[in-house]
Amino acid sequence: MEILQLVLYGTILGSILALGAVGVSLTFGILRFANFSHGDLMTIGAYVVFVVFTVMKLPLWLAIIVSLAVTAALTAIIDKLIYRNFRNSDPVILLISSFGMALILRSLIQLIWGPSTQVYEKGIQLAIKFGGGLRIKPDQIIILVGTVLLIIALHLFLRKTKMGKAMRAVADNAELARLTGINTEKVILCTWLMGGALAAAAGIFLGLDTRVFPEMGWNILLPVFAAAILGGIGNPYGAIAGGLVIGISQELSTQFIDPSYKPAVAFAIMVVILIVRPTGIFAGRSS
Amino acid sequence: MSDVLLTIENVTGGYGEADILFDLNMKVHDGEVVVIVGPNGAGKSTAMKSVFGLLKIRGGTITYDGHDITHDTSDAIVRRGICYVPQTNNVFPTLTVHENLEMGAFVRKDDISDSLDRIYEFFPPLKEKRKLPAGTLSGGQRQMVAMGKALMLDPKLLLLDEPTAGLSPKYMDQIFSIVKQINELGIGILMVEQNAKQALGLADRGYVLASGKNRYEDTGANLLANREVAEMFLGG
Ligand SMILES: Nc1ncnc2c1ncn2[C@@H]1O[C@H](COP(=O)(O)OP(=O)(O)OP(=O)(O)O)[C@@H](O)[C@H]1O
Ligand SMILES: [Mg+2]
Repeated sequence: MEILQLVLYGTILGSILALGAVGVSLTFGILRFANFSHGDLMTIGAYVVFVVFTVMKLPLWLAIIVSLAVTAALTAIIDKLIYRNFRNSDPVILLISSFGMALILRSLIQLIWGPSTQVYEKGIQLAIKFGGGLRIKPDQIIILVGTVLLIIALHLFLRKTKMGKAMRAVADNAELARLTGINTEKVILCTWLMGGALAAAAGIFLGLDTRVFPEMGWNILLPVFAAAILGGIGNPYGAIAGGLVIGISQELSTQFIDPSYKPAVAFAIMVVILIVRPTGIFAGRSS
Repeated sequence: MSDVLLTIENVTGGYGEADILFDLNMKVHDGEVVVIVGPNGAGKSTAMKSVFGLLKIRGGTITYDGHDITHDTSDAIVRRGICYVPQTNNVFPTLTVHENLEMGAFVRKDDISDSLDRIYEFFPPLKEKRKLPAGTLSGGQRQMVAMGKALMLDPKLLLLDEPTAGLSPKYMDQIFSIVKQINELGIGILMVEQNAKQALGLADRGYVLASGKNRYEDTGANLLANREVAEMFLGG
């Protein structure tokens, strides 16, 4: 039974990782660089909910919507100010500038909200017990349901809308997309907006599950990247599976090793994948 | 002769600092099939890319339908009614055949279902495969997707870069006959081909390029009959 409970916790952690990894994968697929500031965008998303929900005492659903919108807009602004200037440069330059952006965002967060740890709601949530002694907290139900809804929405967007198909086309072959008349700047904007919103969702859910503090997103970036790589970077569907695999492995590992080694599990999986199958287990794109 | 559709006039340019094309001149008239032949690395693909705004052009002008398009962006050129099928990687591999065709019509705002029906009529094998990722198709069928995608905009001019490269003889004949049919719809065609014999047989006019410069220019039939050209390309 203990195992099943860990699988459930792993699925919750996996959902958070999956949302983060999908964002990383989407932006990588189109812009061809691993965005190191993705974790800190997650943190921003978490703090916006802290402001709207905890400080301003508005409903949680409204806080989530505001946070998704604010983070998406911020992400698009960062692109306009910074990344856009490097569109035709070596991807390494983009990678390093995203690293710098990560530092800037984290410092800003500390400046605005201070270094201490916050929680959305004081007090202890009672877990709901169900079949076979499994326990789940209401917040965790929000995380699971929210993740499923976001992923369905993303799937429908990528498969059914003209912009979603254009995003997949640019990920396939950016030059051909331009020759076909696809407005790639618009596609890039759309990708950043979605990447930012997904980062915010991941950060909010992480905040709901644990606590809110300035390094929360940066600390989880490694397992998020591991999930994206596992899923075949550039392949958002693989990233979902990658997130679940990493999340469940991390929780199950606590049966065998000290829980403080959890992040090492993600690292170990990532190293093994990079050696054995660098394109990811779900056949992403190599590039 | 009918109206001039495309004019490449004294074009010099390349990808980076070095020039690849030197004082290149070419013309395509309304409804004409024009073929470019030449040895590997002659600059045939580069000549096509120059039309599509993919080159740094340092001299000369490119005019289409009376408009100077020398420095236009690719999507502006697409909107003017020129479509381009590159030599390699000319379909979106993870998109389905149907989605590839839809992307071909990206700049259109109107209903595209009639055009889709027409393309499936034109390329019957694609209809059965419409839900498959284009990357899983055979080379010949991928070429059909690439051409179908380009036709979604009802272009007045189609640029084809080696549409038969790497295809089996059976598919080659099929592609040549498709090119002919496309031309019969009144669409002008500028085509690079390695199969010079077949291509020049189909062409109204042809250009021979070498080292980024014009070498010969004549009707398809005359080029076929030209001894020097024959020695260069047609195996003596
Ligand atoms: N993207 C590029 N960047 C820089 N140089 C290029 C690029 N593409 C081609 N070249 C160079 O331009 C020259 C002409 O190449 P191009 O592809 O136009 O030849 P081609 O006549 O189409 O040859 P092929 O028959 O092999 O297709 C070659 O020297 C090639 O190395
Ligand atoms: Mg070529």
